[in-house]
Amino acid sequence: MTTTVTAHVVGRADEVPVGEGRAFTAGDTSVAVFRLRDGSLRAVAAVCPHAGGPIADGQSDARVVVCPLHLNAWRWDGTPTTGAGPLPVYAVREADGHLVVEV
Amino acid sequence: MTAILGGSTREFAVLQAADSRAQIVVVGNGMAGARFVEEVLERDGGEHFRITVFGDEPHGNYNRIMLSPVLAGEADEADIVLNSHDWYAERDVELRAGVRVERIDTAAKVVHAADGTATAYDHLVLATGSHSFIPPMTGVRTADGALLDGVVGFRTIDETRQMLAASRTHRKAVVMGGGLLGLEAARALQAQGMEVELVHAMGWLMNAQLDVEAGGVVRRSVEELGIAVHTDAMATEVLGTDRVTGVVLKDGRTLDCDLLVVAAGVRPHTDVAVRSGVEVERAILVDDRLATDVPDVYAIGECAQHRGTVYGLVAPAWEHATVLADLLTGADPEAAYTGSRTATKLKVAGVDVAVMGVSTPERDSDEFLVISEPKRGVYLSVVVRDDQLIGATLVGDTRKVAFLTQAFDRRTPLPAERIKLLVDLSDGDAEVGVAELPGDSQVCNCNGVTKDRICGAVADGCTSLPKVMDATRAGKGCGSCKGLVQRIVEWAADGALTEEESASWYVPGVPMPKPELIAAIKRHDLRSVSAVFATLARGGEEDAKSKMGLASLLKMIWGSDYVTEPDATFVNDRVHANIQRDGTFSVVPQMKGGVTTPDQLRKIADVAEKYDVPMVKITGGQRIDLLGIRKEDLPKVWADLDMPSGYAYGKSMRTVKTCVGSDFCRFGLDDSTQLGIDLETRFQGVESPAKIKMAVVGCPRNCAEAYVKDVGVVATGKGRWEVYVGGAAGASVRKGDLLATVSTTAEVLELTGRFLQLYRENGNWLERTYDFVPRFGLDRLKAVLLEDSEGLCAALDEGIQRSVDAYTDPWARDRAEPASPGQFRTSLPLTVLPQVPVR
Ligand code: SRM
Ligand SMILES: Cc1cc2nc3c(=O)[nH]c(=O)nc-3n(C[C@H](O)[C@H](O)[C@H](O)COP(=O)(O)OP(=O)(O)OC[C@H]3O[C@@H](n4cnc5c(N)ncnc54)[C@H](O)[C@@H]3O)c2cc1C
Ligand code: SF4
Ligand code: FES
Repeated sequence: MTTTVTAHVVGRADEVPVGEGRAFTAGDTSVAVFRLRDGSLRAVAAVCPHAGGPIADGQSDARVVVCPLHLNAWRWDGTPTTGAGPLPVYAVREADGHLVVEV
Repeated sequence: MTAILGGSTREFAVLQAADSRAQIVVVGNGMAGARFVEEVLERDGGEHFRITVFGDEPHGNYNRIMLSPVLAGEADEADIVLNSHDWYAERDVELRAGVRVERIDTAAKVVHAADGTATAYDHLVLATGSHSFIPPMTGVRTADGALLDGVVGFRTIDETRQMLAASRTHRKAVVMGGGLLGLEAARALQAQGMEVELVHAMGWLMNAQLDVEAGGVVRRSVEELGIAVHTDAMATEVLGTDRVTGVVLKDGRTLDCDLLVVAAGVRPHTDVAVRSGVEVERAILVDDRLATDVPDVYAIGECAQHRGTVYGLVAPAWEHATVLADLLTGADPEAAYTGSRTATKLKVAGVDVAVMGVSTPERDSDEFLVISEPKRGVYLSVVVRDDQLIGATLVGDTRKVAFLTQAFDRRTPLPAERIKLLVDLSDGDAEVGVAELPGDSQVCNCNGVTKDRICGAVADGCTSLPKVMDATRAGKGCGSCKGLVQRIVEWAADGALTEEESASWYVPGVPMPKPELIAAIKRHDLRSVSAVFATLARGGEEDAKSKMGLASLLKMIWGSDYVTEPDATFVNDRVHANIQRDGTFSVVPQMKGGVTTPDQLRKIADVAEKYDVPMVKITGGQRIDLLGIRKEDLPKVWADLDMPSGYAYGKSMRTVKTCVGSDFCRFGLDDSTQLGIDLETRFQGVESPAKIKMAVVGCPRNCAEAYVKDVGVVATGKGRWEVYVGGAAGASVRKGDLLATVSTTAEVLELTGRFLQLYRENGNWLERTYDFVPRFGLDRLKAVLLEDSEGLCAALDEGIQRSVDAYTDPWARDRAEPASPGQFRTSLPLTVLPQVPVR
């Protein structure tokens, strides 16, 4: 099976403040983009695999992101630390002040 | 519900055909069977044996003895899984879950299963356990032999789910059987909100373990829970055609019910053995090697009868599993099982019970010592013969159980003053008890773990409770010994706590207990959460799960000098509202003391209409909740309301409930409403380790529930007020402790402030006052707050004043200017909100 990945410009880079997450739409996928304290970006699914919680409202650190509803957590590679299902992860980068997410 | 507990997430493993290893087949995937597989694997048995396990239940292996907490809603199904399907797959053990074994051809050494398969074995282990015994009663079964709908036994997770489902749709349960299982089922169903009656055929409860007097003590405790108990009551007929509607007792009485739980004993599953020609009496006969009379066929657990005894507890079953694994793997060819002396420690219907040996004297020369305090729900007795303990019964107070188990198991000498067997005359505290406990005394009965083994694990470097539990299995059965294991670990580590001792840390990401952490924060002048991580965390690493607790602590220490960082706060604190299951938020405006005005109500009504608020609700905290508001609407809603935040989302001071008091009530002794408003005004928004709720009532009739609040104030007349602290009526219910009676409202405010600050400085993160007050100790609390015994009062007054002064209404602040870009942007762009039901 081959999967094609498409790059989408989802918004402006300054829409994601340091340490927080914001939700965007890439094609027809909802993604949550986080900016870590070191300035780097991470993108994961915006919808929690546990019970649909809004991941972008969660808290994060250099290792994990935590869903705000029941506090399940995932490493940035999408593997769970609390026994929930895996969280999809996406490539994200900054280009000319834009946020580009590959879905 | 049909979900499979511990179900598989992977494809089925395909067995390699050319495998020279010997084949072990285990029939029964319960507590004994699964433990046997674990023990074989631990002895590297996987190299020499191919293992296939048949289980009649479709699930992975789960902790059966935890079904009572699941039924009571105290444990989650997922928490009781011991080994999931994946666990078996990862270890190359073939699990045939949901497949019943029908018959064994012992000559050909083949197992025939219900799915038509035939599996050859070299060694066969029967671990089929027992099933609930359904006594003969007219109408209990339908024409096809199945149980009438609404009649269930209590043995499996599926039966537990049936009962849980019934408890949601039905009202009244009758539980048959006043033994351990019946009592547990009755208590659990009652906790689920059903009306429960218990019928027991014998003269007193738990007659198999307790004598008549001890049984009476249990009965009182059960009745106090609101469960009706009928002893000497035999059920003879079950009523109902499609579903059970009642039971008829032998004396002619009829009890209505729509759920009938039959817990009238168990019978070993021996049908497979009988059909296959293995010798069976009450259960399958085995010798000291757990071998049956058929070569290479063994039996373990509740389906085995050893030296005349059939055990009904998990500890012997696990001992069987260990001995048989030693024998079959050759780890210890001399291993033998010679019987178990069962000492049981249980919590039955909320009452601690421990029994061992006989319960009453049998010879004239036996010594019998009894302490019976039925009012307090305590009954203690010991039977001594020839200077040795031959039996003990402890109901309602099991503090001496470790010592007695030791005396019973090892026949150690007894104190000449026999009363010391039952009470600590020396008034020794727990610490002394642990130190005095002989090394070979058994701490965990389920897994047979001694104090020495726990100390050994600590010496080998395990210094946290979970690590010791993993290494020794202590506390991993019914869990009732966890407290004792913890105390032994603490005692054995003797202050030399390693990094693992994270239990004492305020938050997991910074290795310091709270007082040390506060001192370090002040010393280094750390004013933001990121600064704390950078300076105090190991490797300077931030930790998401620690952020909320640190933010709260910093706000307390620095007041308005705290440097806010949006990423340090939980979403509720970032948007000053409580997140809902669908990602919308709830808005609860402040209504001091539960008092509102027509103007406020009009504004709330207008906002509710303007923003299509799905539900407007009066809360249990005497105010109004607007639920289902979109994140992006929050600032507009606040602006339109123009009322301050009620802090219904924070780990902070919430509400002060009041009653109408002397202004209106004919019993009112003082102006409780005004004092409530004053308290809420003074302490609004104050951050704390967990939420704080208060109430003020105008007389001891307590209409606003002041006795069960973190701080509760009760008017007693002539200007006097009682101040209660540490009360709760949430998940835990606790009546507050009377801290002081004072004569002015100013004193109430001062004392409350001092108490709050002491709690804020010493309470663990998320520790409510109902845990903090007993931990700190009421006497010490009184001494510190009323007599200033530790010279803290001035600093406490100052600390709380700083926080009071730092108060700003977060709604007024952030509705004007967002705290960070996109603060109120929706986080679910593709979802149409709200999804909560609109009434
Ligand atoms: C709205 C309200 C129920 C209602 O419709 O009446 C409510 C709603 C929630 N309560 Fe409560 N509690 C409400 C009064 C209570 C009360 C009654 C009271 O305050 O007098 C109690 C018992 C008193 C107590 O706290 O001891 C109460 C004990 C709890 C508990 C158990 C706390 C405990 O330690 O025992 C939780 C769970 C927790 O805090 O972890 C909880 C948690 C919750 C949460 C916050 C669950 C959550 O984290 O999302 C619910 C938020 C719903 C929402 O989005 O608004 N709520 N909750 C009440 C709001 C009162 C208010 O005006 O502020
Ligand atoms: C609600 C409850 C609470 C309890 N509390 C305690 C407690 O606090 N302390 C304590 O020590 N004990 C307690 N017990 C008892 C304890 O659970 C049992 O002693 C223990 O489970 C016995 O283990 P076992 O493996 O022999 O039987 P089980 O755990 O019953 O396992 C037998 C398994 O074999 C399967 N099986 C049977 N026949 C076949 C077949 N022909 N083919 C395939 N599979 C088959 C069954 O489906 C079952 O899964 C409690 C029991 C219950 C039900
Ligand atoms: S009792 Fe409280 S926490 Fe539980 S559902 Fe109701 S509001 Fe939510
Ligand atoms: S919805 Fe995310 S943890 Fe439950």
